[in-house]
Amino acid sequence: MPNPDPTKSNLPRLELHIPEPPSRPGEEVTFAHVNRGEAGAVRRPDIAVHESEVRDLPYELIRVLDDDDKAVGPWDPKLAPETLIKGLRAMMLTRAFDDRLFRAHRQGKTSFYMKSTGEEAIAAAQSMALDKGDMFFPTYRASAWLHARNYPLTTMCNQIFSNAEDPLAGKQLPILFSARDYDFYSISGNLGVRFVHAVGWAMASAYKNDTKISLAYVGDGTTAEGDFHEAMTFAAAYRAPTILCVTNNQYAISSFAGFAAPERLPFAAKALAYGFPGIKVDGNDFLAVWGATQWAAERARTNNGPTLIEFYTYRAEGHSTSDDPSAYRPKDEAAHWPLGDPVDRLKKHLIVLGAWDEDKHTALEAELKEQVKVAVKEAEAVGTLGQSKPPIEEMFEDVFAEKDWRLKEQERDLKARRAAREGGAA
Amino acid sequence: MNMIQALNSALDVMMERDPDVLVFGEDVGYFGGVFRVTEGLQKKHGLTRCFDAPLTEGGIIGAAIGMGAYGLKPVPEIQFADYILPAYDQLVSEAARLRYRSNGEFCAPVTVRTPYGGGIFGGQTHSQSPEAIFAHVTGLKTVIPSNPYDAKGLLIASIECDDPVIFLEPKRLYNGPFYGRPDEELKTWDKSGLASADVPTGHYEVPLGRASIVREGSEVTVLAYGTMVHVAEAGIRDSGVDAELIDLRSIVPLDIDAITASVRKTGRCVILHEASRFGGFGGELSALVQERCFDHLRSPIQRIAGYDMPYPHAFEWDYFPGPIRLAEALQSAVEYR
Ligand SMILES: Cc1ncc(C[n+]2csc(CCOP(=O)(O)OP(=O)(O)O)c2C)c(N)n1
Repeated sequence: MPNPDPTKSNLPRLELHIPEPPSRPGEEVTFAHVNRGEAGAVRRPDIAVHESEVRDLPYELIRVLDDDDKAVGPWDPKLAPETLIKGLRAMMLTRAFDDRLFRAHRQGKTSFYMKSTGEEAIAAAQSMALDKGDMFFPTYRASAWLHARNYPLTTMCNQIFSNAEDPLAGKQLPILFSARDYDFYSISGNLGVRFVHAVGWAMASAYKNDTKISLAYVGDGTTAEGDFHEAMTFAAAYRAPTILCVTNNQYAISSFAGFAAPERLPFAAKALAYGFPGIKVDGNDFLAVWGATQWAAERARTNNGPTLIEFYTYRAEGHSTSDDPSAYRPKDEAAHWPLGDPVDRLKKHLIVLGAWDEDKHTALEAELKEQVKVAVKEAEAVGTLGQSKPPIEEMFEDVFAEKDWRLKEQERDLKARRAAREGGAA
Repeated sequence: MNMIQALNSALDVMMERDPDVLVFGEDVGYFGGVFRVTEGLQKKHGLTRCFDAPLTEGGIIGAAIGMGAYGLKPVPEIQFADYILPAYDQLVSEAARLRYRSNGEFCAPVTVRTPYGGGIFGGQTHSQSPEAIFAHVTGLKTVIPSNPYDAKGLLIASIECDDPVIFLEPKRLYNGPFYGRPDEELKTWDKSGLASADVPTGHYEVPLGRASIVREGSEVTVLAYGTMVHVAEAGIRDSGVDAELIDLRSIVPLDIDAITASVRKTGRCVILHEASRFGGFGGELSALVQERCFDHLRSPIQRIAGYDMPYPHAFEWDYFPGPIRLAEALQSAVEYR
């Protein structure tokens, strides 16, 4: 580099740092930076603990399931086997559904799809651990919440196909669900925006002296958005009864998590700057997710305020149907993820408990696959993208509570034009 | 070349010529952008010239303004125009006013590239056409190409200019022209036979603020930009009306002379844009034409545009202003008495 200013020839030259991921396509996979720690080793503080006493926690990884598939340590929620099997089922259903609907996209039956493969434990466990009435502010990788609460599969497919029975009447992109009856807030395509809504919702619950809490996700990438920091500030200032989560799946689209600046500081530690506890949790460990959620929920419910949870996980598949991850990461990287697969780990744990076996697992897999197949068939009978649509009137509904003259005129014009065209063709 | 290659070539040419040109944004570095417009630039020009940015549009534009004020020529990408709003404050309150506020001491020579528009089943958040909200802000230039040749020349001119530019790329046109009929077989730019797909590899400019007359005609003037230029061509063909089609190419600066000359000649004006109609840029165009060409007008100015609602996924083609709506408007304009 030529020295731009010769009068300062003895000063060191500044250099622009650009983060680089540990491995790229064609290189050997390394997860050397992942500190797995020991399952069961991290302490579980009292829920009323002051943030100043838990500043080490974001640097540890809370795990319950150990390498022998046993549940260990203070974060073990000690769930009944039936509950664990329900959780396993929700995760397996999510996976079966994702696989089938991803294929439906390839067949041109919908415009878009996103899988949550590898991250199913997070939304499944939280859906079960929280109460009816607690509101979830999800992302597009959280459909396990709905599967855990038995949201009708056919309705889900109708939304994805934007067909005549789409519960959102064709207004929304596939998989950006809204399901108020299931405590599932409407998903926006704009990242981060709902994080602040979750805090506002929790503040409202507190204002009303209610008992409900809120839960929200952002991805690791989205922690860079201003909304994340705005939400954190509000949550801290008003001690909002909310659980704010970062699902750190190591990637935004192609950009590895390093661009959101965790090189020197884990995402969980961002809570420290706002003065409330942050914990880092193995997101592929159903029991750890549950245990951590329970702790944060108890804190929220007892006026101890917000918690930030970083769920440490890995996005095993592409970002969406538009993405080819082999263009930016080693092809076999997913197989090397040191914290395993959430379905596989819970399954093995249940087998260790003597509550599950390979035959039951295979049978459940087949059963869920069949359920999904039936649901897809039902939705296909209504129609897939473009074959079937909600009535055109729907297009003009819900812009406002009541249509103004513009919408009335535009609807009338559109219908008149159609009628004229159809008349002409006859 | 297709439009993606043409834009890539513009960036490449400018990075080669000027070490102060740098490119960054979500996924633009190693991966080359989700639409691949920046493909290969990092490999060729180095890690610090083309790199990924954190997922924060406000941060991206704010940082670009600082870089521009230092003297660099940043060309940040916003992945979809729909996501420019978190950066809106930086664009409106800062980029647009830095020169004025500092009485010329500082400026923000930032070119913000972003794909916009519908027709790809992107739903509400991957389909919007936000040009009017920029046009209303003085201090920002807003450029919208409709073909590969213009895309490259206009992008080079935008980077070379010292003002902040919002460069809206019609994503429906990235791979080929689109005439607004989804059931029609799609053509790539290579197979389009259009001269505008012949793109020189070197440096050239298409100056900002100069519209192009795509088709000469005597009966009606059609004003369009971006994807709608092609839709207008199809609509004019369908209508049988001898319309003059003007591709504005940039809405700020606006080629007012080309517009008034044409409307004075034809005596009629139909405006076509994809964005919602109410408060859309068509309103401004309509007012300008009315102010400057009133004595020449033989029929009311018409606006064909998107409906006043968020872009509805299932009703994409009902919402999308297509050639039929334009043809009807043209016919009613010439039949007006
Ligand atoms: C405001 C905004 N900017 C950009 C995008 C485009 N986009 C969609 S998903 C995505 C990556 C998100 O990464 P992350 O937050 O880590 O979540 P993940 O997909 O990994 O779960 C991007 C850049 C968007 N949807 N919204």
